[in-house]
Amino acid sequence: MLDFIAGHANYWLFIVLMMTGLYIVVAKGNLVKKIVGLNIFQTAVFMLYISSAKVAGGTAPIFPTDSKGYIKTDGIDQIIYSNPLPHVLILTAIVVGVATTALGLALTVRIREEFGTIEEENLVEIEQSLTRADNKAHGEAMGGMA
Amino acid sequence: MAGAVEVQHTALTLTDHLPVLQVAIPFLAAPLIVLVGNRTFAWVLSFVASALALVISFLLLMAVYDGGYISYALGGWEPPWGIEYRVDAANALILFLISAIGTVVLPFAYPSVKAELKTTSHTLFYACYMLCFTGLLGVVVTGDAFNVFVFLEISSLSTYVLIAVGAERDKRALTAAYDYLIMGTIGATFFVIGIGFLYIATGTLNMADMSDRIADQGSNRAVRAGFAFIIVGMGLKVAMYPLHLWLPKAYTFAPSAVTIFLSATATKAAIYVLLRFMFTVYKPEFVFETNTSLLVFMPLAVIAMFSASFVAAFQVNFKRMLAYSSVAQVGYMLLGIALLNQTGLTATMVHMFNHGITKALLFMGAGAMFYYTGSAFYDKLGGLGRKMPITGACILIGGLSLIGVPGTAGFVSKWILVQAAFENGWWPVAIAIVLSSLLAVVYVWRAVEVLYLTPPAKNSTAKEAPLMMLIPMIILAGSCVYFGIFTDLPLGASETAANVLMNGTNGELLR
Repeated sequence: MLDFIAGHANYWLFIVLMMTGLYIVVAKGNLVKKIVGLNIFQTAVFMLYISSAKVAGGTAPIFPTDSKGYIKTDGIDQIIYSNPLPHVLILTAIVVGVATTALGLALTVRIREEFGTIEEENLVEIEQSLTRADNKAHGEAMGGMA
Repeated sequence: MAGAVEVQHTALTLTDHLPVLQVAIPFLAAPLIVLVGNRTFAWVLSFVASALALVISFLLLMAVYDGGYISYALGGWEPPWGIEYRVDAANALILFLISAIGTVVLPFAYPSVKAELKTTSHTLFYACYMLCFTGLLGVVVTGDAFNVFVFLEISSLSTYVLIAVGAERDKRALTAAYDYLIMGTIGATFFVIGIGFLYIATGTLNMADMSDRIADQGSNRAVRAGFAFIIVGMGLKVAMYPLHLWLPKAYTFAPSAVTIFLSATATKAAIYVLLRFMFTVYKPEFVFETNTSLLVFMPLAVIAMFSASFVAAFQVNFKRMLAYSSVAQVGYMLLGIALLNQTGLTATMVHMFNHGITKALLFMGAGAMFYYTGSAFYDKLGGLGRKMPITGACILIGGLSLIGVPGTAGFVSKWILVQAAFENGWWPVAIAIVLSSLLAVVYVWRAVEVLYLTPPAKNSTAKEAPLMMLIPMIILAGSCVYFGIFTDLPLGASETAANVLMNGTNGELLR
């Protein structure tokens, strides 16, 4: 049992980080905090990928410069590498995450300019009053059907 | 042997590069537009790029129409190691839909964007539009699971921007874009977690290779968890019923041209990904997949068909009504998947195509009226059907197709869906399809009543829409009727596609 828990440490951490991030996104009303939560959520995924790439005893997947283009494979001199592919994938995912964060923060700035608040409950209130006003103005003209 | 070596001609011709050009042309157009910086040239460039993409997608569709597939190794790295672009009937039809809509929307967008956005943002608007177009085409054309995620994010990020620029008319576009950003990112991250599980379980990212390995080793918990993450993640993008909350707001407050493009393409590309994962990567024989379609997709699809149609019937805003109707129509597509038979998949494919052109046409009508009135609320649209006869007629045709009246495209897909339901012996589902279509009659009738039976406002300056808007509408209205009578192109391709998806037979490698 203990082996099972310790042997999957990276997955447990992934779950904890992921749920923390997701909880912040859902529970926090501040738009900036939501984006922070989203970042933690995404970081958890980066960890899932990177930790799955680790090969026991493997070194960083960098081609040694002194090998002159080949690696000796006679038993002892063999080099074991970690899997480089997930690292490459996550480089892409980090870029996507940065772009998402930047865009989210830019939107938050614009929302602050237009609505004067970045608290979700105030925003919902303003939006609801706008929608109610719309429905009243346009619904009554339709015979009060809305 | 030495003397008998025959030198083979191995250089690739332009036709061999079509799958990558499909994505590369609009992708290169985007930065070029920013560099040119002139809004008329920006429009010309994006129109040329999307027209080229349309030609390419038509050539690809014709190549795989009867079955078989095209495999393209990106950069010469052979699959499964390199990224593979793989075109078969299933994605060729969606590629054709996306590039056709992308091209048809642009002439409409020119006057519409001019009227709705301030002049400084036009160039960047077209650049974002091209990026979104690229992303959607890339999601559909690629055969590499992680590549799907990358293209998905390209299209999503540009979509958030395109929705947010609607803030120049109504500030609620900003919160709509923000909400979509949060939900869309959660969806995409769920999707990438699913891909991660699959990669850990199979050690490959190539979808065809993944499929073979899952079939070999059978299901295990990682594979099943990956499936759940992928379905929920894509469900958010598809606007599957309880995950649809971003859609009505985003479609209502986005600029008209953006709404037209997104309504016809974005959810369709996501449904395609769902189909690809459910039927190519995972095989439908897996018990968990059968259960998912029966116990999750079916009830949600039926609820969506009714509840979203019901909500649509009570809207006072034409655009918002159409947005809710989109959620309901997504229900029909998911129902086709839930039936888990070949006819059902054919119905899903045809309905994606037919609903794409129908909804684009209706949103164009709404956009043309918005052009004059600056509002999509019904009380501002009174009598406009008579003031704008051609626009009104186009909306009427679109409305009939949305209901599914015989002779229009919408009828074909609903008819096949009903047939698929009977094939399984699920007659209550068939009745549900017919009954929910009656709800469509209600909300379409409300629009018709406003447009034709209400007297126009006395000081109304509305006249027939400009030619740049009329031509796309007439093309789409024409195709709504044409594909309702001559069903060869979408139906034939859909049947091949359903065969490919359901039986997992790729057919021969064409090139």
